Amino acid sequence: MILQMKNVTKKFGGVTAINDTSFTVQAKEIYGLIGPNGAGKTTMFNIITGNYEATEGEILFRKETLNGLKPHTIVRKGIARTFQNIRLFSSMSVLDNVLIGFDFQAKYTYLETIFRLPRFFGEEKRVKKRAMEILDYFGIKEFAHYKATDLSYGQQRKVEIARALATNPEMLLLDEPAAGMNPAETKELAELIHNAREDFDLTVLLIEHDMKFVNQLCDKVLVLDYGKTIFEGKPADAIKDKEVVAAYLGDFIHD
Amino acid sequence: MDFTVFMQQMVNGFSLGSMYALIAIGYTMVYGVLRLINFAHGDIMMVGAFLGYFGVSILGLPFPAAVLLAVVGSAALGMLTDKIAYRPLRSAPKISLLITAIGISFFLENAFNVFFGGTPRAFPVPEYMEIILSLGGLTFSVASLMVPIVTLILLAIILWILFKTKYGMAIRALAFDVNTVNLMGIDANRIIMIVFGIGSALAAVGGIFWAVNYPSVEPMMGVLIGLKAFAAAVVGGIGSVAGAVIGGFIIGFTEVVVVAFLPEYGGYKDAFAFVLLILVLLFKPTGILGLNFDKSRF
Repeated sequence: MILQMKNVTKKFGGVTAINDTSFTVQAKEIYGLIGPNGAGKTTMFNIITGNYEATEGEILFRKETLNGLKPHTIVRKGIARTFQNIRLFSSMSVLDNVLIGFDFQAKYTYLETIFRLPRFFGEEKRVKKRAMEILDYFGIKEFAHYKATDLSYGQQRKVEIARALATNPEMLLLDEPAAGMNPAETKELAELIHNAREDFDLTVLLIEHDMKFVNQLCDKVLVLDYGKTIFEGKPADAIKDKEVVAAYLGDFIHD
Repeated sequence: MDFTVFMQQMVNGFSLGSMYALIAIGYTMVYGVLRLINFAHGDIMMVGAFLGYFGVSILGLPFPAAVLLAVVGSAALGMLTDKIAYRPLRSAPKISLLITAIGISFFLENAFNVFFGGTPRAFPVPEYMEIILSLGGLTFSVASLMVPIVTLILLAIILWILFKTKYGMAIRALAFDVNTVNLMGIDANRIIMIVFGIGSALAAVGGIFWAVNYPSVEPMMGVLIGLKAFAAAVVGGIGSVAGAVIGGFIIGFTEVVVVAFLPEYGGYKDAFAFVLLILVLLFKPTGILGLNFDKSRF
């Protein structure tokens, strides 16, 4: 197992966003986090990435606790994420957006940067080449020098995933990657994520509302409702589960 | 108008503009990463000038060593204010940061007043800086020649850091989104501290140049110079380093031109920077090279 959430609870004042939730993600799994709006999915992401601190419970990544760590430290441990609303560095180039993820993993020291030692040059060239390779992988290499916001929505989404991969993660958290995409783009994205798992040796945890997308891609799903787990298992079984259907469509289904 | 007189004033304007530019860069860089008008910045400059003064007259250091002391001391002070005063307020409303900055400004001014007195102290200018050179009818001191040269060198270094190093890339990215910078594995707080260090170091250089040109230091010297440099940063487009330099030169030249060619209005020279500030805010609030920042950050 790569990620283990143990009895995690998150309270905001009197509101319980996540209530005693546990789940485990295995290495190289594509794991879906689904549930109606306000179920606590994004809150869960924010807890894993260190943006929020869990009120109770423990988060283990490769058997190491993430509780109390700062977001930038957690990234360096190997967890990267994207956002529901795309958050690129808007007026920087596509290449710079990806490079910034690389740069702080690169192994040259502050002094070397200042004195531009040969190692720095070599490293810089290598990093740039790597960044271009990732852009190429996502089919957006020709836009490398465009301003990030000049790209289409679907392309910006890809830049965001490329930027996350630049930090060399073992685990990638995708918050509604297919939001705002048309069916053709969604299908392409699903294939891309599926392939990226192999090519980048990734474990993927994703939030998504598009059930077709989830069905096609995820090995396992966790369904949250009002911060509580109501189902964990195969996506095909989730849509047959009475409680899950009730959560999405309302209780009258039971009658 | 006599051409020589005109050129002479241009030399003076270049020198004065450089000093404003050096100080304005600190305002603009801090604004870029924190959306904060750091009102204590002028006082950091004052501390830099004082450190230079102490270095030469009390410690008996040679001038370059005193400059180094001032630069390092001011950078440390800038980083310290960030760490103890601004960092705890990262998620507080922006107005709290602004009020804190004003508080630090008052604190530094009054602390120096209490400990060192409000009487201006003569700054020991090294002799070689007072040598007067003449070239084709123009006369200028070594100091007034050094100011623009040093400014341009420092500007080149800053632009190189901003656009050619990973730290610069992080600084530029911080202008858009602090949280996302953290998620790139970068400690945003550390980068913000570096920005305070760079800005304060430049302010110290500006402060020492000031002290050399108007050879004195006093605790309130940062107030007016700081406000004018702030006006320069806004005129040039706050958030943009190149804009801060352009704004600094515009204000420097305006002042020199007013005094030289409209001597009857010379007494109003300090007002012109603020007239420019008001005009820019009325007609082009983003300034000459202003960036359109994401409104959600305000």
